[in-house]
Amino acid sequence: MASSKKLNSNIPEGQLELKWTTYRSTVHLVNPANKRSLEVLIIGSGLAGASAAATLAEMGYKVKVFCFQDSPRRAHSIAAQGGVNAAKNYQNDGDSVYRLFYDTIKGGDYRAREANVHRLAEVSGNIIDQCVAQGVPFAREYGGLLSNRSFGGTQVQRTFYAAGQTGQQLLLGAYSALQRQVGMGAVKLLARHEMLDIVNIDGKCRGIIARDLVSGKLERHFGHAVLLCTGGYGNVFFLSTNAMGSNVTAAWKAHKKGAFFGNPCYTQIHPTCIPVSGDHQSKLTLMSESLRNDGRIWVPKSKEHAQAIASGKMNPNDLKEDDRDYYLERRYPAFGNLVPRDVASRAAKERCDAGFGVNATGQAVYLDFAFNMKYKYGKTEATKKGIENPTEEQLTEFGQAVIKEKYGNLFDMYAQITGVDPYKNPMMIYPAVHYTMGGLWVDYHLMTTVPGLYALGEANFSDHGANRLGASALMQGLADGYFVIPYTIGEYLSEEIRTKAIPTDNEAFVKAEQDVNDRLNKFLNIKGTKSVDHFHKRLGHVMWDKCGMARNAEGLKWAIEEIKKIRSEFWSDVRVPGTANEFNPELEKAGRVADFIELGELMCMDALHRNESCGGHFREEYQTEEGEAKRDDDKFAYVAAWEYKGESNFELHKEELKFDNIKIAQRSYK
Amino acid sequence: MSNAGFLKSSIGKKVIMGATGLFLITFLMVHCFINMLIFFQDGGETFNKGAEFMGTNWLIRAMEIVLFVGIILHIVQALVLTLENRKARPVPYEKINGAANSSWYSRSMGLLGTLILMFLIIHLKHFWVVSRFTDHIAHNEYEKLPGQETLFKEMMEVFENPMVVLVYVLAMISLTYHLLHGFQSAFQTFGLNHRKYTPIIKKTGIAFSIIICTLFASMPIAMHFGFVK
Amino acid sequence: MGGTTGKNINVTVKVWRQRNKNEKGSFETHDMKGVSTDMSFLEMFDVLNERLITEGKDPVAFDHDCREGICGMCSMYINGRPHGPKNAVTTCQLHMRSFNDGDTIVVEPWRSAAFPVVKDLVVDRAAFDRVIAAGGFVSVNTGNAKDANNILIPKPEADEAFNAAACIGCGACVAACKNGSAMLFVSAKVSQLALLPQGKIEAEKRVLDMVHQMDVEGFGNCTNTGACEAECPKSISLENIARMNREYVFASANEKK
Ligand SMILES: Cc1cc2nc3c(=O)[nH]c(=O)nc-3n(C[C@H](O)[C@H](O)[C@H](O)COP(=O)(O)OP(=O)(O)OC[C@H]3O[C@@H](n4cnc5c(N)ncnc54)[C@H](O)[C@@H]3O)c2cc1C
Ligand code: HEM
Ligand code: SF4
Ligand code: FES
Repeated sequence: MASSKKLNSNIPEGQLELKWTTYRSTVHLVNPANKRSLEVLIIGSGLAGASAAATLAEMGYKVKVFCFQDSPRRAHSIAAQGGVNAAKNYQNDGDSVYRLFYDTIKGGDYRAREANVHRLAEVSGNIIDQCVAQGVPFAREYGGLLSNRSFGGTQVQRTFYAAGQTGQQLLLGAYSALQRQVGMGAVKLLARHEMLDIVNIDGKCRGIIARDLVSGKLERHFGHAVLLCTGGYGNVFFLSTNAMGSNVTAAWKAHKKGAFFGNPCYTQIHPTCIPVSGDHQSKLTLMSESLRNDGRIWVPKSKEHAQAIASGKMNPNDLKEDDRDYYLERRYPAFGNLVPRDVASRAAKERCDAGFGVNATGQAVYLDFAFNMKYKYGKTEATKKGIENPTEEQLTEFGQAVIKEKYGNLFDMYAQITGVDPYKNPMMIYPAVHYTMGGLWVDYHLMTTVPGLYALGEANFSDHGANRLGASALMQGLADGYFVIPYTIGEYLSEEIRTKAIPTDNEAFVKAEQDVNDRLNKFLNIKGTKSVDHFHKRLGHVMWDKCGMARNAEGLKWAIEEIKKIRSEFWSDVRVPGTANEFNPELEKAGRVADFIELGELMCMDALHRNESCGGHFREEYQTEEGEAKRDDDKFAYVAAWEYKGESNFELHKEELKFDNIKIAQRSYK
Repeated sequence: MSNAGFLKSSIGKKVIMGATGLFLITFLMVHCFINMLIFFQDGGETFNKGAEFMGTNWLIRAMEIVLFVGIILHIVQALVLTLENRKARPVPYEKINGAANSSWYSRSMGLLGTLILMFLIIHLKHFWVVSRFTDHIAHNEYEKLPGQETLFKEMMEVFENPMVVLVYVLAMISLTYHLLHGFQSAFQTFGLNHRKYTPIIKKTGIAFSIIICTLFASMPIAMHFGFVK
Repeated sequence: MGGTTGKNINVTVKVWRQRNKNEKGSFETHDMKGVSTDMSFLEMFDVLNERLITEGKDPVAFDHDCREGICGMCSMYINGRPHGPKNAVTTCQLHMRSFNDGDTIVVEPWRSAAFPVVKDLVVDRAAFDRVIAAGGFVSVNTGNAKDANNILIPKPEADEAFNAAACIGCGACVAACKNGSAMLFVSAKVSQLALLPQGKIEAEKRVLDMVHQMDVEGFGNCTNTGACEAECPKSISLENIARMNREYVFASANEKK
């Protein structure tokens, strides 16, 4: 297989370990005087956007930052809980840049680019240094050194964390660096602004059209380069752990103007989320992966019991041990409850589909702490207290105290959302959409197929292959923003020093603004009968059922047709109240959902064409006899980059993935 | 920013509030101590001596000026802060459940202060104006001129009126609440908040407010009902 | 239903409506029938809005994003309290089971001169961003950092800094305070950075600049009522305000000019 001619990944020559170092020392530079007249537009203020904006402004570029929230500090990166990886080897447990590189490639089921991932591992250590210097309060040991925890899919402790709020603390660090530049006048901040199109002039990206969400006014902004740091598109499923506003609009507009979309079907489904409670549900909440260290996952062995529990006739605590099916321990004795996310998610779905779900919707399994509470922690505590024959009550009491200390805030959150006390009852959990590995295709410089248009963070497709390891998204966002783009953008901008700022009355700007304006008015003029959410929910159902945890050709084909129907109904029957000249959240939503509908179709096409199972992409036709994912490296070791060719028309381009430094192997957790 | 900046800043203004407040608290202690002398049951002899000392000692007289400056600063600053705080919320809430998050008296310092101020005016007119600016008060029983009265006797007379006693008692209740919040608040304003010591400060504040104000209130009551001779 | 308490209740919602910053607003009353107690408070508003849209009316604008209590975007003043009747939760984490059948629920925007109303329940909190821009950072450019473990920080200080850093910038402290003071928010950032060796170097300049900006923005003065701490969804402590007062007094005294 050869890569498409339209895709040049621009990977530097040379040995893997030296590529980035050599690149950095030979890349073209822009002199300080010229930087001051080069303008960079950054869309998004999450980890990727804020870190890039701060750094580029420090270097002397003129920067504008856009975000749709009321403050850059609220970008969805804020919600990340678990931690951020870095190959520091502070724990002296054999970690290294190579090992982080290796784990990430393997975790991604051999569908990521070696050179990018190695660079990510190389700069991972600098991220921690930078964040600590900014005052990010990472967890520490009593000796004053940084503390680490371990995460799924690895054998070393390389995850840095700040309680259950790592994303928040990292983002606030980047945000404060950004605000410092805002205070110095180096960055202009445009919060409550939504980018609605990019503007290309002579084959290069030269600016954007943005809408001031408060006044509703459309604005034209020129930039010598534009950086999309707009996050993931998990909300195409309607329900996900993403924030309500997370969307694909920026990436999609870029896609329609020439940026190829990479691996759109790669979606990560997180196994431990709070299940849906009813039709009113607006989003799903993650329960940290760390809970699987102490919780055992089960469903009843018999359907009668499952139904009795689901209908409230039976208390799960009363079900005898012998009548419970600890299915992960049964199927994967070696890893048990700690199998990777994709495996755990699929196993839960399998049991629920077979009719063993434990709530009224039939879509929940138990995560039960009672056993470890009593017999792991309770016993130890009793021994510590010198009690030789503790009663069951004592064991529970002692164990509860330990669990509270470890997971108190998560247990509180669970109780708050469900109204059920998780200390007394097993938690109910179900998988939920969490992260999208796919995104805009970028080369080694993080540039899309449109010159001058870059994509950073979750918005690009680059580093996680078909499955992301825990604590790697934060690492990637900050690597892209702090340490990669500041170098790679120089390569492009050094050629642009003679480009004068293009006046925004240029016809390309005028036309783009007119198009955006027409589209907004179109939404408003349909005056149909159904709300935007109505269509979003319908799309979400289709995506979840047919393009979610398990996919098959038949379902995907059906979904593609169904989505087309949803689209035509949307465009004839949606109701968007209000006007375009005011603060109008429904209008914002309409634009986002319209784009999700188009993306949904492409995701299904991508999933349909990839006749293999890999990472988060599980095609039921391609599994082993035991029901495990079956990759096809001969035919599918490539990145699928889709080019937009008009409505429902996408052309596939392939970037071949070469593994010169890692031997491809099948993953097994038995 | 210069020092004027400090005094203009919200924290600077608060520090003045706290400093003058604490200064007034020390004054209250001295004042209360002297007044307690009425309970010697010696027809006011000891008390009158104390009053004379307070009225003639140059240091005390100097402090009196400081005291007035302090009160005025406290009041002016209270006014400035209150007005600024009003401006900070131009549109009021329809429904407020303040009890859920704070004590009513901490939210009513201005009102309590105004009550205290009204009382102060009455109080100063009763005794301070009379003793400083008229010849009506004699130093003691033996030197009094015709038409003169000792301060002790003057008090006995004033407190014969039950309305006056009532005003004094109500004022002392206001002061109690003002100090229940104010005492510990001043420490917080100065940045003295410590997990170990703040509970002690708070308890001291409560004890202080209640004891001092009860003692003050007991004086007019005792005099009115003739418990003091 | 996956939930559990699964009851339905009827409530009356009295909500503030205001088209934009300049127009005057007023209250509007809506009956909400058959509200599941498993719903979150914001989901109840979703249902209300869905209804308003199909009736051809203007839905109620309110801020929200993460819906899990961390982004700080949601901001409703519910029955006289910011973020509603439960302590230590944000509006998005509040559920209908905290209300009773037949309740009337009054919902207002944050009220503060520094937070002008954008529309209905949405306010503009950019003042907070400007306070941070005035000094809420450590002046370190990317690429200048030394190895992270070269800076040793005692665990108690690190933990305390973390507790202060947990602020989500929601503004409930301002909304709760009878004076509309922002001391809790500002002091949380001042404290976090003053507690850490990285931030100590410019601590004096930081506190002077941030407090100055806070005053310029038109927030009120602190009376130490403690309402902010009681209503803060992240339980940010009043100790931070004391620390900021202290820092400010010393910084002012030390200022060379
Ligand atoms: C609940 C949860 C927990 C997670 N936990 C972890 C973890 O423990 N470890 C880990 O490594 N990863 C974790 N992740 C993943 C990780 O948080 C994200 O992948 C990462 O933060 C994305 O950062 P970003 O900068 O790319 O985008 P985001 O932080 O999503 O920022 C997107 C930005 O783009 C702006 N934007 C979007 N569209 C537009 C537009 N059209 N116009 C203008 N602005 C726009 C938004 O305003 C926002 O500022 C978690 C994710 C979730 C949902
Ligand atoms: C003997 C008389 C008084 C004493 C001992 C006293 C003491 C105090 C103290 C200790 C404080 C706390 C300061 C702080 O929080 O830092 C305080 C606050 C206050 N006082 Fe007084 N006070 C007295 C009289 C008055 C008067 C006469 C007024 C007003 C007319 C007044 C108005 C206030 C107000 C409004 C505050 C709150 C200021 C704020 O924090 O916003 N006080 N007082
Ligand atoms: S201090 Fe608390 S109430 Fe104030 S902004 Fe921060 S989190 Fe919100
Ligand atoms: S919506 Fe994010 S905190 Fe409530």
